[in-house]
Amino acid sequence: MGDQVLRYEDLVKRRNDLKRTLDRVVPVVLSLGVFFGVTVLAALLFDVVTTGYDRLNLNLITEYPSANPAEAGMRSAVLGTIVTVGLSALICIPLSIASAIYLVEYAGGRRWAEVLRYNIANLAGVPSVVFGIVGLGFLVYGLGLGRSVIAGAFTLAILTLPYVTVTCVEAIKTVPEDLKFGAYALGATRLQVVKSIILPRALPMMLTGGILGISRAIGEAAPILIISGLLFIREDPVSLLSRFTVIPLQLFNWISRPLPAFQELSAAAIIVLLLILLALNSAAIYLRYRLYRRLEAT
Amino acid sequence: MTAEEEVLERIKVIISERKDEVGEVVEKDAAILTEDLSVSYHGRVAIEDISIKFRRNAITAIIGPSGCGKSTLLRSLNRMNDLIPGALVSGKVLFNGIDIYSRDVDPVYIRSRIGMVFQRPNPFPMSIFDNVAFGLRVNGFKLTKDELRKRVQEALVKAALWDEVKDRLDAHAYSLSGGQQQRLCIARALAVEPEVLLLDEPTVSLDPISTSKIERLLVALKHDYTIIIVTHNMQQAARVSDYTAVMMPDENLIGRLIEFGPTKEIFTSPKDSRTEAYISGRVS
Repeated sequence: MGDQVLRYEDLVKRRNDLKRTLDRVVPVVLSLGVFFGVTVLAALLFDVVTTGYDRLNLNLITEYPSANPAEAGMRSAVLGTIVTVGLSALICIPLSIASAIYLVEYAGGRRWAEVLRYNIANLAGVPSVVFGIVGLGFLVYGLGLGRSVIAGAFTLAILTLPYVTVTCVEAIKTVPEDLKFGAYALGATRLQVVKSIILPRALPMMLTGGILGISRAIGEAAPILIISGLLFIREDPVSLLSRFTVIPLQLFNWISRPLPAFQELSAAAIIVLLLILLALNSAAIYLRYRLYRRLEAT
Repeated sequence: MTAEEEVLERIKVIISERKDEVGEVVEKDAAILTEDLSVSYHGRVAIEDISIKFRRNAITAIIGPSGCGKSTLLRSLNRMNDLIPGALVSGKVLFNGIDIYSRDVDPVYIRSRIGMVFQRPNPFPMSIFDNVAFGLRVNGFKLTKDELRKRVQEALVKAALWDEVKDRLDAHAYSLSGGQQQRLCIARALAVEPEVLLLDEPTVSLDPISTSKIERLLVALKHDYTIIIVTHNMQQAARVSDYTAVMMPDENLIGRLIEFGPTKEIFTSPKDSRTEAYISGRVS
């Protein structure tokens, strides 16, 4: 074989064999998956925007709900979302970071910590309505918090905690061992290593995870439905014990009414919700970019 | 001449060309002394019954094939093994006569007295200055800005890096070359003024020029520090060390110390046939 001259035909033949053909076909098949998702999403967006565009005005967020669609807004729901989700982020993100640091840096390598971590990861897959039931039983009735903002915020925090904790654990694991050992070898304590080596490096990813967790909480209707009930609320959530509603619930309320005008309102509410999510996700990307740049700056 | 004989010959030339009096080192007291030191990971013994006297202000090289426990031995000298889950140390490691594994000893303090440099340069993702100042800050040295600057400069001078970085102390450490990064890591370790410097194959990822810079640096540093270096490179051990410890895994893959003595004796007239086999490259 070695002394045989390579002919042009051999090269052409190789080019047309099955493996090469597959290599050209596979990306086309794979891209169909993307195409499918994008098409469905585009169709949905188109439908929502065409239905709700005319209702998209400032009244939507400045007015309280009303039986008259011309006057109806979702001020109480927008404020309710901001307050409960904001509070839940304040509860959830520090708790997640703390538990991740504990699980990896302090209890790391021990079997029970591993078991705990897998269970936390599993919790992230529990249907949100279950967290709602827990919130209702434990917070609303058990602790007597009532159907309040604070009960809602805690429920959302518990709901997002597993997801955010898992991201924080992953974030800590991306910190190279080399750097940690380097710091320990200089006589740094565990806390100093966490503070000056691990956190600066893991924080961008942790915050990104936190924001994505919040976005998930913003879209949740089921647990809030259980905590708060499907309510017609015409007042702002002024205290931690106020009753409240959130955008997905308002949306749910409107969409279940027969009048077409309410359907349009709910489409407009969806647009607002999507815009909020878009803003949050952009913020996450920007934050990560900024923090990483500061870290790697030369 | 066979290839193996050539290797041995080359090492003998290296030894004979050395300007310092290898092998005729005055018997100095031990900075670190191990007694029957054994380390296991999750119950699997990695090294057993290691007793070595690491002399003060001398360079001791630890050589041996992969997996013989060189790094394990090194890490047990400043309690870095504590950080590895499942590691268990028995026996004694006496540092200035005090057992660093006794209950009253704080491992964090031990690590500030016995510095360590790793295989791959691992500068922190911060400025050159902050890298060197890191150890001073975490150890709670109460220094004014000027004192801190002075200590950082001293450390960089000692690590033979000052001239290359004095105009860009605020530059990110990652902007340095691999060899410079490793000297930065040495400077970082020296800044806290340890007594002992442990180096785990510090030149393995570096080019020959950077390697020789670091070797010269180590020889210069031994007047102020006790240096223990793990190396895969026999010629490096022959070039820089005063004493050499040869480790070898036994039939159960447990790392053991098979020979220890002045570098000249180890390389020119080894007592253990396995040492000679290893030095000449018959065992890798």
